[in-house]
Amino acid sequence: MAKKLAALDVNNCIGCMECMFACSRRVGRIGLDKSAIRVRSAGGIERGFVIVVCRACENPPCAKVCPTDALKERKEGGGVVLDETKCIGCGFCVQSCIIGAMFWNDERDKPIVCKYCGECAKYCVHDAIGLVEA
Amino acid sequence: MLMKVEDMNKVLYIDLTKKDIRTEERADLFDAYLGGTGVAIKLLVEECPQGIDPLSASNPIIFAVGPLTGLYPLASKTVAMFKSPLTGNLGESHCGGRSAIAIKFAGYGAIVIKGASDIPLYLAIAGDEVKFRDASSIWSMEAVTVGRVIREVEPGAGVRTIIRTGTAGGKMVRYACAVTETYRHFGRLGLGAVMGSKKLKALVISADKSVELPKQKRREYKRVYDEIQDVVVKSDAMAKYHDLGTPGKIYSMNKLGGMAYKNLESARAPEEVARELSGENIAEKYLSRRISCAHCPVGCVHLASLRELYAPGYYFKTSTMPYDNETIYSLGFMLGMECAEDYLRLNDTVDTVGMDAISTGVTLAWATEAYAKGLLTKEHTDGLELKWGDVKVYSAAINKIVEMPNEFYQSLAKGVEYASSVYGGQDYALAFGGNEMPEYHTGLACYLNNLTGARHSHLDSAGYDLDQKLIGTDFSIEEVASALLKEEEWRQIPSSLVVCFFARKVFTPETVLKALGAIGLEDWTEEKLDDIGRDIHRAKMDFKFREGYDLTKLRIPKRIFEVPTPNGLLKEEDLRQAIEVYGKMIGR
Repeated sequence: MAKKLAALDVNNCIGCMECMFACSRRVGRIGLDKSAIRVRSAGGIERGFVIVVCRACENPPCAKVCPTDALKERKEGGGVVLDETKCIGCGFCVQSCIIGAMFWNDERDKPIVCKYCGECAKYCVHDAIGLVEA
Repeated sequence: MLMKVEDMNKVLYIDLTKKDIRTEERADLFDAYLGGTGVAIKLLVEECPQGIDPLSASNPIIFAVGPLTGLYPLASKTVAMFKSPLTGNLGESHCGGRSAIAIKFAGYGAIVIKGASDIPLYLAIAGDEVKFRDASSIWSMEAVTVGRVIREVEPGAGVRTIIRTGTAGGKMVRYACAVTETYRHFGRLGLGAVMGSKKLKALVISADKSVELPKQKRREYKRVYDEIQDVVVKSDAMAKYHDLGTPGKIYSMNKLGGMAYKNLESARAPEEVARELSGENIAEKYLSRRISCAHCPVGCVHLASLRELYAPGYYFKTSTMPYDNETIYSLGFMLGMECAEDYLRLNDTVDTVGMDAISTGVTLAWATEAYAKGLLTKEHTDGLELKWGDVKVYSAAINKIVEMPNEFYQSLAKGVEYASSVYGGQDYALAFGGNEMPEYHTGLACYLNNLTGARHSHLDSAGYDLDQKLIGTDFSIEEVASALLKEEEWRQIPSSLVVCFFARKVFTPETVLKALGAIGLEDWTEEKLDDIGRDIHRAKMDFKFREGYDLTKLRIPKRIFEVPTPNGLLKEEDLRQAIEVYGKMIGR
């Protein structure tokens, strides 16, 4: 069965950003700017955190607005698959994602989107995020 | 944006007088001294002229991170160095939050801030761009509001840190701190006052880069990273610091009889007070959230929320504040608070103005005793009747320390060493080397640590820890001095890498070498680490001695010899002898 990433319990999140570092490492970068997941405060840390990640939508808006079919619906489980060779870097996908889960790679001028691999979740020791059945 | 491991040697120099910047590659420093404390002390010696007034434009502020910062879990701290306006010599303060990550991924190994602005400023550092912004409208604001304003007005969505001062910084209270991410502090020794003297309200630093390792290193790096992560997650430190945080040891320290209570009237508070102020009680009743510094899975930062009736007619307010072992000691135990709520209220007041909680508590504890003994009158205190446990009076006193309505409060704003030199009561003015004491009254080692540690901080050489190990054993003064020196020398390595001291047992010499090797810094050996640990420690001590620190002139308050420690009554001659032995060991 196809998987997707989900915020299991955002109240468990302590804002350590280890998920973001883990996601960046997948592409050989140590840092935060190549991550397809983002953790930020919910308007003041005392209110907790917001975990922004692709929800693997059914009928995803980002794929609908992609003019070159670089973003295609995944065969099962919702969400999208990116074919970078087709992407022209228009950024429509970023605008279409109202939860802000489509990130941007400034160096390549291409979107960064979750691949539902679960690498980030391996480093979440507080069980705030995890892979679930899509 | 891409950066390489070797790009981490870049130093950003900011001149506030000329409103000018430059950058310089300082591989010479980073190759030899790693980063953090090691590089910061070298930069301080380069930039700080001898004998200057710490609140003059010529005092530099140095922020430094290290080779492991951002690359491994728990490498989450920034080191700040400056000449301390409190002690008149070495100022060094560590802070986490997102500060270290932001500096590293903005592309810098260190930031040096020199000069002083003519108008209030804040600095907006976004990667290679530095903007000098007018801070006139936020100059007299509390730190939390400054953070909100800058967050909203400064563009840039990446991960960033906002390092700012509260009202105490602008007024140059000599133990004012700098605050990051609302709840973390560069505490102790007065970084906030130095920022205030430069008319620098805040720095916002945005990270826009990430590091790329050579392809052949990536597998090794991932392996070492996972090993460290695994040790951290499975260690008992993880559970200890996550569950109750640093306050987890409050109750046991009091039971041991090593907790300074009411200006060290005794070293053990009554059982009901200890239970009330214990980490367990505060967590059960007030803990509202646990958070972590960036790139640390531990989450030791504990926030308490306090809901209070604000005005009649169901007007409630809820305040959230961080609480720690040291603030419970200094604002709770030292000031004789009998209920946790009162401690939290006072903690909130101190946090709001942005002062070091230990120095504030210890200074007010001295003032309370001096008031009771008749050395101080209502004329001095501007009408306040200082009394153990009186949270309203203490809150008012804290605000007066910031506002300084008379000479007495001007003196309190310079710390207990200075205030007691003017008004008397030095026998119970609990500062060591000019810095107000941490909680521990455990024996010879903790006081030798307080007097000889480069920062006069319990974290310099952990004397309190050694004391507890020595209970019931026979030991010589030489053994204690030598153990503390060895510990302080080694601690220069974690603070140069820079890793959190809570991870010191994870980052053993062997792990440090592996971690450095996996990012291409392969020519380090255990011996070389020991050597630079010693070099860095001596460089810090050299700076202190250059600025007038003198082992033979250290003032020791009599009070500490009058109250038994868990190791028995401490003798002045033993402590003096230990200082002499320590001096010989470092060639002084």
